[in-house]
Amino acid sequence: MLSDYALLLVGAVLVNNFVLVQFLGLCPFMGVSNKLETAMGMSAATTFVLTLASVCSYLTYNYLLEPLGLTYLRTISFILVIAVVVQFTEIVVRKSSPLLHRVLGVYLPLITTNCAVLGVALLNINKAHSFTQSLFYGFGAALGFSLVLVLFAAMRERLTVADVPEPFQGAAIGMITAGLASLAFMGFSGLV
Amino acid sequence: MLGLLTHYPLLTALTALLCLGMVFGALLGFASVKFRTEGNPLAEQINTLLPQTQCGQCGHPGCRPYAQSIADGGAINKCPPGGQETIDALANLLDIESQPLDAEHGVEKESRVAFIREDECIGCTKCIQACPVDAILGAAKLMHTVIADECTGCDLCVEPCPVDCIDMVVRKAGIAHWSWPMPASPEHTNIIATDKEAA
Repeated sequence: MLSDYALLLVGAVLVNNFVLVQFLGLCPFMGVSNKLETAMGMSAATTFVLTLASVCSYLTYNYLLEPLGLTYLRTISFILVIAVVVQFTEIVVRKSSPLLHRVLGVYLPLITTNCAVLGVALLNINKAHSFTQSLFYGFGAALGFSLVLVLFAAMRERLTVADVPEPFQGAAIGMITAGLASLAFMGFSGLV
Repeated sequence: MLGLLTHYPLLTALTALLCLGMVFGALLGFASVKFRTEGNPLAEQINTLLPQTQCGQCGHPGCRPYAQSIADGGAINKCPPGGQETIDALANLLDIESQPLDAEHGVEKESRVAFIREDECIGCTKCIQACPVDAILGAAKLMHTVIADECTGCDLCVEPCPVDCIDMVVRKAGIAHWSWPMPASPEHTNIIATDKEAA
């Protein structure tokens, strides 16, 4: 039983990594990875939102939409749920850590449009996950996102002082690095 | 009502969405009341980094108003008593580039403390009124003296003294204040091995 959850977690973090394997949530991945500190803040916020949104959308789907036969409303309901969770997080972060709130700036509301969040909610339904499975899947997806974001931010910090050929400087080398990292993560396929 | 809902599935959908929206709205409303932020917490954090000399060299009446102006997006390099160290700390906090001290507001000096030559003091209380941190003890026509631990070295008491009996002396580095001198930093810090080869 426990190994099932461990497999689910490893699967979501490494094998089906949301950013580098399923290519979801690329906007914050490229946008917030310039500085390690910001990347960590973003990871923390996304982890919180993703886990909570995964659970909340599971509850909404199973206790509201399915009994009423309104499963066709899942996308719009999930967007509503995600927007509320993000807004709630923003209010809490503004109170508890004003600095993080300032550093995250525009990216905190942008978690709303991070398609990884909606992706996890919809995949939970498609894969018919239970409540705990949804929780672990959401948390795993968030961990995978954080892992990749922090790794990538660390690489980009080194890239800014590296001797990159002129045509590749800036975003270009970032894209190439992301591609190489994605290739590396493909190596995990078949692990679980 | 129920009959109406079962006859028109669209109505069920609308009602469900409406209820969902109302529940979430109530939740957010509750959160915004429960987690209400008073004032600007960022200004508080900035204020703790400032040296609290209350000297007014930045052009603001004290450290707190200066912290407020930084929180509103003002320049961070206007504090001579804090020096480069404070500017670096502020830049780090605000996640912006550090910059050199703005010479317009004064130059960075070593930490100083006011000293009253007590034989010459006439007890006019003018320095007591000028002191922003109440570090001067004394009463009218009685000798004054400075509480060295409270003095922030802001120079504000020197000007009003009619007999010029206040000196600013360099604060002696005791065990509590002494720090290992920083090594002279090279022009460019080489982080990657290949950079060293190029240089």
